[in-house]
Amino acid sequence: MSAESYAWTAHEIRDAVTSGAVSARAVAESYLARIEACDQKVQAYVDVWAESALAQADAVDARLARGEDVGPLAGVPVGLKDLFCTKQGFTTCCSKILKGYRSPFDATVVERLADAGAVFLGKLNMDEFAMGSSTENSAVQVTRNPWNLACVPGGSSGGSAAAVAADECAFALGSDTGGSIRQPAACCGCVGLKPTYGRVSRYGLVAFASSLDQVGPLTKDVEDCALAMNVLSGRDERDSTSADLPVGDFTAALRPDAKGLRIGLPKEYFTDALGADMREKIEAAVSALEGQGAEVVEVSLPHTEYAVAVYYIICTAEASANLARFDGVRYGHRAAAAADVEELYRRTKTEGFGPEVQRRILLGTYVLSSGYYDAYYSKAQRVRSLIRKDFLDAFEQCDVIVGPTSPTPAFRLGEKTADPLEMYLSDIYTISINLAGIPAMSMPCGLTESGLPAGLQIMGKPFDEATILRVGYAYEQNRGLDMGRPAVA
Amino acid sequence: MEYEAVIGMEVHVELNTDSKVFCGCSTDFDAPPNTNVCPVCLGMPGVLPVINRMAVEYSVAAGLALGCTISRWSKMDRKNYFYPDLAKNYQISQYDLPLTYDGSLEIEVDGVRKRIGITRAHLEEDTARNTHSLGGGVSGVDFNRSGVALLEIVSEPDIRSAAEAFAYLTALKQILQYLGVSDCNMEEGSLRAEANISLRPVGATEFGTKTEVKNVASFSGTQRAIEYEIARQRAILEEGGAVLQETRGWDADRGVTVSQRSKESAHDYRYFPEPDLVPLAVDEAWEATIRETLPELPQARRDRFMEQYGLPAYDTGVLTADRAMADYFEAVVEAGAEPKQAGNWVMGDLQKLLADGDVPIGECRVEPDGLAAMIGLIDKGVISGKIAKDVLAEMFATGKAPGTVVEQRGLVQISDADELAEVARAVIEANPGPAGDYRGGKKNALGFLVGQMMKATKGKANPKLANELLQHELEKG
Repeated sequence: MSAESYAWTAHEIRDAVTSGAVSARAVAESYLARIEACDQKVQAYVDVWAESALAQADAVDARLARGEDVGPLAGVPVGLKDLFCTKQGFTTCCSKILKGYRSPFDATVVERLADAGAVFLGKLNMDEFAMGSSTENSAVQVTRNPWNLACVPGGSSGGSAAAVAADECAFALGSDTGGSIRQPAACCGCVGLKPTYGRVSRYGLVAFASSLDQVGPLTKDVEDCALAMNVLSGRDERDSTSADLPVGDFTAALRPDAKGLRIGLPKEYFTDALGADMREKIEAAVSALEGQGAEVVEVSLPHTEYAVAVYYIICTAEASANLARFDGVRYGHRAAAAADVEELYRRTKTEGFGPEVQRRILLGTYVLSSGYYDAYYSKAQRVRSLIRKDFLDAFEQCDVIVGPTSPTPAFRLGEKTADPLEMYLSDIYTISINLAGIPAMSMPCGLTESGLPAGLQIMGKPFDEATILRVGYAYEQNRGLDMGRPAVA
Repeated sequence: MEYEAVIGMEVHVELNTDSKVFCGCSTDFDAPPNTNVCPVCLGMPGVLPVINRMAVEYSVAAGLALGCTISRWSKMDRKNYFYPDLAKNYQISQYDLPLTYDGSLEIEVDGVRKRIGITRAHLEEDTARNTHSLGGGVSGVDFNRSGVALLEIVSEPDIRSAAEAFAYLTALKQILQYLGVSDCNMEEGSLRAEANISLRPVGATEFGTKTEVKNVASFSGTQRAIEYEIARQRAILEEGGAVLQETRGWDADRGVTVSQRSKESAHDYRYFPEPDLVPLAVDEAWEATIRETLPELPQARRDRFMEQYGLPAYDTGVLTADRAMADYFEAVVEAGAEPKQAGNWVMGDLQKLLADGDVPIGECRVEPDGLAAMIGLIDKGVISGKIAKDVLAEMFATGKAPGTVVEQRGLVQISDADELAEVARAVIEANPGPAGDYRGGKKNALGFLVGQMMKATKGKANPKLANELLQHELEKG
């Protein structure tokens, strides 16, 4: 283990703090120093909470000194994507329209992390309102990929992924509507899990597309992912869509082999759209899992080709309503000197929302409009159920489905900003999972020739995150490659 | 050409649940502005709605009372439009799968009974209230009302006159008040009614172009607005013109409807299913549980009152108009009073005292057994019916028992024959003229003399005895 605790995983920190080997304060100081050293280059944080982080760490140390229970994340420094409501600091979704906005309450997941003894380091950059795949749509700053500062970190949880990859937090919270945890996790070489829809409370997550949004962790390894899921998961009375199902202990399910597991490879994911370099990495990972006792079967997800179209109808429709509340009347940006209420709305939204957000609001408004609803929204919902059925049918033959997280590794800054459609295709392998509501995890499976991480995506049955984590852990323990860490500082 | 009016009503009632429909805030929206609010009903970023079980049960109860079918599976939808009183800029409502649908309500106009179809009754949230009276060019929004549960009840276009519309509203209010699900106070805004009105030639089956009339503050105002609108449309049609489809507001001061919004500028609400809420599944068992809580409804109660108590139709109508009134009446009978007498006292003197004092019957200080006891005193001849009116007034003012009032004020009826005979002789002596008239055959002079006796005894003379004694004394001498 490195002398610098910022390089440790969350479970290593928790063990060290709980055993008294290191104080929570020392860990927090190590991370704050790391942020100080790296973040000028990476630009992951939009707000760093140094003072309160140290106070929270001191509180953990004080509880330990009194012999009190300190929780499963004692002293673990965590970063939060800027769309989680926090009483502390600002909650802006990296949008001008929420500049300076302070939430009157903490998100359920923030409460759960706090109760588990986590220390909050601050808020992380993202695409405005989680709309984007490169974090370039942030109204605040451009985050860079720690593996190559000329490249994007992916998005929309790009700040979360970059912070984890650069050791600027032990783990981070992200949200995933169409791949916003998994794609940046793949770009930055970390582990990112989008849980089953309903597994984690959405209360306090500023909504992008309510039927697709899920909260999940971005971590340094699979064990941390399981640990974070133990804390985050479970029914919340404040979220009617959260599932009232037992959670169990995800860390207990981790085993270093894949014996008796059947792994499905969807033929639709291994086409020419997948780069040769990327394909090679995925196939090597599958071989490694076979070596651990897994059986590989081919499966088919026949409606895959419709996923992008369906996704951009449903997510924009829901977003057009979810973002309607930002109108300058009660909070957030308000256009000055509007003559009447209609002008107030028009100017507030024009000034406050960036181009991608405006584009999606317009798209969503269009697909819900009288005369278009049946052709777009209603049909998309029907295809959505077919996409879900594809997965459920495939899971008749296998325990998990494995494939790439994204077609290419991280691209260069500015490379796709001019072409929204090209940007949308970054998510072809991830959005079906949100439409189906099933869980999926991205984890690193080596570096491509360009020296950037490749992401392996493991998809599971509804509410079977445990098997995904087990497969991921088996691969991680036996993958036989040392990717190292990006050299940022 | 003869025209007939085709009218359908849309009525919104606030359900009187303790908390709002999607958050735990109190529904007391008369509290100081923006005090019964939270992040959910203010539409802050990151919040989610959680449906109020009581609001669902009240809606189902209302649906059952209106003879509706209860949906085994329904859902909430988002109705999108921008307005400062709408916190999220969408209203959570129900679009294509309402909680209850396909019922009817019986009304009676001029002795004719008729059923009005109920298309649906669905649950939704109320908006906030805008105020433009703050001065300084500033408008305010009070979110206390934001998120209060509303039930929207939509009728079929079965109503044919303003009088029928009035009867429909009255019957609907009566049922909802019987259920206890809403105060239905139109003046306070807990009931809001809109009428869709069109005209067509008598005998035609197609609908004419309709207008929607809003902003009415009372049932009688609704009746007047509909009467006005029918006349307005008839005048247009008779001149060969075309009615414009639009929303019109009722201007009560001028007694006219005024154009507010034409169809061209009507909203496209872009309804879609509310993804933050799971579908509502009211299964047979839950429906049965709610059905068991339903009270006896007005129509059934009227029928029973006629049969069980032998009351005339008019009396039963008055006594059952209000559930509390009907409950009160039955309690008086239960306490031993004869039904017809009990009914007369409740409908007559008691109702007047309540109305004059603006006291709801629930706060009446005359307990049902007190009224029954008072009626008992009349039956036993302790007090006269006339004295009883004063006794009741005092009971109403002070809450005292009738026996106490009678005793304290010395109102016990004089039934002592010797004592009254003396009074009778004195009255005859003091009034020789009428006494002579009586003896001369003008028997109706007796009434005057009885009156004089009552006056002399401050109304306490037993009238029957006074009558007999006077006749005896007059004929004797």
